[in-house]
Amino acid sequence: MKTAGPVLSVLLVILGIWYAATVFMNAPQVRDAARRGNVELTLGQTIAATMSEKRPMLAAPHQVAAELWKGIVSEKITSKRSLVYHALITLQATMTGFGLGVVIGVLLAVGIVYFRVIDLSVMPWAIISQTIPIVALAPMIVVLSNSLGLGDRLGVENRLVSKTLIAAYLSFFPVLVSMVKGLRSPDPMQLDLLRTYSASGAQEFLKLRLPSSLPFFFASLKVSIAAALVGAIVGELPTGAVEGLGARMLVASQFGQPLLMWASLFAATLLAGVLIVALGVVQRLADRMMGARA
Amino acid sequence: MSALWIALAVCLLGWGLNLWLAARGGRAARVAAPVIFGLGLLALWEGVVRAFAVPEVILPPPSSVAVAIGANLGLIWSDFVQTILKGAVTGWALGCAAAAVVAVLVDRSPFLSRGLLPIGNFVAALPIVGVAPIMVMWFGFGWQSKAAVVFAMVFFPVLVNTVAGLATADRMQRDLMRTWSASYWQSLFGLRLPAAMPFVFNGLKIATTLAVIGAIVAEYFGSPTRGMGFRISTAVGALQLPLVWAEIAAAALAGTLFYGIVSFAERRVTFWHASHRGR
Repeated sequence: MKTAGPVLSVLLVILGIWYAATVFMNAPQVRDAARRGNVELTLGQTIAATMSEKRPMLAAPHQVAAELWKGIVSEKITSKRSLVYHALITLQATMTGFGLGVVIGVLLAVGIVYFRVIDLSVMPWAIISQTIPIVALAPMIVVLSNSLGLGDRLGVENRLVSKTLIAAYLSFFPVLVSMVKGLRSPDPMQLDLLRTYSASGAQEFLKLRLPSSLPFFFASLKVSIAAALVGAIVGELPTGAVEGLGARMLVASQFGQPLLMWASLFAATLLAGVLIVALGVVQRLADRMMGARA
Repeated sequence: MSALWIALAVCLLGWGLNLWLAARGGRAARVAAPVIFGLGLLALWEGVVRAFAVPEVILPPPSSVAVAIGANLGLIWSDFVQTILKGAVTGWALGCAAAAVVAVLVDRSPFLSRGLLPIGNFVAALPIVGVAPIMVMWFGFGWQSKAAVVFAMVFFPVLVNTVAGLATADRMQRDLMRTWSASYWQSLFGLRLPAAMPFVFNGLKIATTLAVIGAIVAEYFGSPTRGMGFRISTAVGALQLPLVWAEIAAAALAGTLFYGIVSFAERRVTFWHASHRGR
């Protein structure tokens, strides 16, 4: 825990800067209101007022915390005002997209490692695909999946399909790159050893290449799930979604509810944190099953 | 159906050609194979759309997208200037510059870098696009709010990579600088910044794709009447699908070019690094 002290003090400094900025950014609003009401405010009163604005330019940390608490704990989970409800919707799209992305990434990586022609023709496009802004494609994906009725055929909502596709598009790439690296990581000596045991191609893959790629795989999963979450949130924006954290942000922005905006942003942050920590636990379990010593 | 058969024949021909190229190897294959693959996909797209008479409001064929590009060049250019040049590139440049400066400052204090690195790593994994509505509230509908979103998105990845990069110069090399009685700045500019460049460029490349995404997403929260995100979302509403795909093609080209320019610069600056030697 050598890092705990520095991390905590940096966090405290950030909190301090945030409070200072709250006063600075909300003060004009407070002074305007006071001038309109012909009230004289002392400095102390002004500062106090900046902390409890209804529509602040910059919400004070405790306001955000209160709104988060209200959204997460006070409302029932089934209520549409509950942030947990919206977070679950986003989580669903994140996980389906993440799963799809991981499967596609691993399959492509296996293809690329074993077939030179796939390596030559698909790998450059995989790289280019990540420089294409997927959010530009998002409205199109919605139109396509709606008109093809993909969701109805699979028995799920159409909105989920488009969000899933966007999340998968963003999350397959980290997996692909690390798996190609991981599957190629056994050195020639080890491959030769397996050949002297007259191992079959499948045995070589299962007993050498796959286990040696696992550390690469888990490292990429953390990047990948963060990308999937971004994809799910972004996918909610132009798709006319009414549910989910991204939709909550859009609604809050359009109806001028800054507090809700901040709360949704921090709910998304919390969700990302939970997902990354969960993956860390899975990784440790897998390491232990593979016989790694802590 | 004949269109589909022709398209399939083109695809098979291209795949055969790629098999031959893969067996032959060499530099020409590296360039030709992906191009042939891409052309094959386009042919398949055109063939499927024609064969099944897919309406244009669902999926326009590449040929009508090409016509739309030709007919709307001026419009696409003004959107490109608004979104990419004003929003993404400005925010990217400011964000990367700020991150580099902060990284050098943080690097002077081990306490700060130990505290900031875990936080930076965590923040770099967060969905920062979420600040878009807040930035639109602060900076208005113009390109300034887009640049601000991009700034927030690129700052932490570049910061984390630069701080990690500044730590790469090893002890021996630093001691050598000291025996030459180099000042802090001399050893920073002479040794540590150049040594950090592979890491810095890694961050810069991640930042380019983030920048384009950020600039377009911010437009969904409010924009003037031009910009790529604005055009795409309104044109979808008006069912002008060829124009939408034309904008998508332009955005893809812009994103790829942006990335390409940065990786070209990387190759010029870090020519000494192992990953670029002997190619």
